[in-house]
Amino acid sequence: MQWFYSHFNYVLAVLLLVIGLYTILSSHNLFKKLLGLSIFQVSISLFYISVGKVSGGTAPILIGDSTQGEVLYSNPLPHVLILTAIVVGVATLSLGLALLVRIHNAYGTIEEDEVSAKDRNQ
Amino acid sequence: MSDHFIDPFIAQLPALQILIPLLAAPLCVILHHRRTAWVLAMIASYCSLAIALLLLQQTSDGTVISYAMGNWAPPWGIEYRIDILSAFVLVIVSMVSSITLPYALRSLEKEVYDNKLYLLYAGWLVVLTGLLGMTITGDAFNVFVFLEISSLASYLIIALNRDRRALTAAFQYLLLGTVGASFILLGIGLLYQMTGTLNMADLAQRLPLVSHASGVRTAFAFLIVGLGIKAAIFPMHSWLAGAYRFAPSAVTVFLAGSATKVSIYLLLRFIYSIYGSELAFEQLHLSSILLPLALLSIVIPSMVAINQKSFKRLLAFSSISQIGYMVLGIAINNQAALSATILHLFNHAIIKAALFMSMGAVFYQISGHRIKSLAGLGHLMPFTFAAFILAGLSLIGVPLTAGFISKWYLVIGALNAGWWPVAALILFSSLLAVAYIWKIVEAAYFKPPLSPNTTGAIKEAPLSMLLPLYLLVTANIYFGLNTQWSVGTASKAAAMLLGGGQ
Repeated sequence: MQWFYSHFNYVLAVLLLVIGLYTILSSHNLFKKLLGLSIFQVSISLFYISVGKVSGGTAPILIGDSTQGEVLYSNPLPHVLILTAIVVGVATLSLGLALLVRIHNAYGTIEEDEVSAKDRNQ
Repeated sequence: MSDHFIDPFIAQLPALQILIPLLAAPLCVILHHRRTAWVLAMIASYCSLAIALLLLQQTSDGTVISYAMGNWAPPWGIEYRIDILSAFVLVIVSMVSSITLPYALRSLEKEVYDNKLYLLYAGWLVVLTGLLGMTITGDAFNVFVFLEISSLASYLIIALNRDRRALTAAFQYLLLGTVGASFILLGIGLLYQMTGTLNMADLAQRLPLVSHASGVRTAFAFLIVGLGIKAAIFPMHSWLAGAYRFAPSAVTVFLAGSATKVSIYLLLRFIYSIYGSELAFEQLHLSSILLPLALLSIVIPSMVAINQKSFKRLLAFSSISQIGYMVLGIAINNQAALSATILHLFNHAIIKAALFMSMGAVFYQISGHRIKSLAGLGHLMPFTFAAFILAGLSLIGVPLTAGFISKWYLVIGALNAGWWPVAALILFSSLLAVAYIWKIVEAAYFKPPLSPNTTGAIKEAPLSMLLPLYLLVTANIYFGLNTQWSVGTASKAAAMLLGGGQ
């Protein structure tokens, strides 16, 4: 149990990662696949953010005057990195949605098997 | 001109390598005119090529150029680090783009709607920026950023084809490409967690100290799988066939010649420069994972290629098997085999670009990619098919062509390691290549034309498409005869990687 309390952020991240991957692989609806991809990316954000947190640490800003002794800070770098990755994730999601709109216009459906059935009959 | 003028310019070359295509891309969108966009893309691409050649010239004696982006000193700031290997790959990427763009002008006008062309050239430049950035950077997280820049733009330029099937192909690529990139992101995150640094040279120093931590091993697994998806190594290749088949012909040429090559480059970088060959091969037993994957990659897609009905899909599967050769060179892990891997990055780029170009020229005339519809075209488009045969011979690995040289070094590498069954398999897989190349040649030369009415209007492809094609075919023969430059650079780069260099 002790192990679980000290590692629950990893467990949560892996759980989300697997849920996302399973959705991508199992779902036949292209929109649900895209949602799965988003969950998958969120799990990695969670991993980065939780790794940067130092327990008891505060936000990395200058507090009062620096002579008061040592202040414990969280590591801001993973948080900055994941901001970039979140922006990338938003760009991926919007490009995926734009493609879905085009697919829907061209085929009239976003179900994977119906799309490939229409391609075969072409 | 005086040195006062030249020197500051030379010092900024690593930044200009990325900046020129990056700035030209939005300019294409703002100007919103297809011919202007093409001219801009040409200028940016040839500037990149010139810069890459200058960088290769500076690094060919073993010098390593370190450039602190924004003057923030590494390891805190982002460092651009150019050695002979990265300069070589920079040359490959910008060369493929520069040779393909003149070809793209006529080809794309036929395959993409006119009002979307400026977007395609903007996307092309962003892909170029991303690929060059992945190669030049010395910062692990920066690799991920450039990887996504190039991937997102390549989904766009694949989807711009008039054929609606390009949309689903791009969507499938987006799903798998993002999963691959996310695995790489996770791997980099674990590396940062274990070492507290993102700079590649810094990582290389700190990793041996924590080499037994499970995080380091997990990170390695995520990185190999992520890069394996992006490079289309066998069981992770499913996105490639659709994407190459339905992308506009010129885009296929560009991506086939550059995108997977950069992923193989990153694989080399992470294995040799960051983990180091001792940690990767002796403690993590990389060979026992990569060897079966490489052999499966070489054999199975070749067999699948023989059964294809679409010539673009056939060439796509052939690309996967050629990537298998590059991975095999890493798995064998000695000087000759690693030289073969690096050499094949270049040779396969010129071989596969020439093959896809000739088939793109056919598509330009017949607007379809079924092998059946090639019947009798060999006599109607003699120059296109002559080029296809020459490039095909190079792919098979016939002596006096570039493809022979890389296979030769790979076989020597396998024999030096004592793996003679592997060497035999390389020769056997060449026979499979003969089979699928022959399939197209047979259709074009030995089958009667489908009907005189449909073939009457078919003539040779325009000169603007034939010239780049013949430039590549000539290169295939030139680099098969005169190997001093290509083999010299590749073996120096391999020696650097094996010597534990950065």
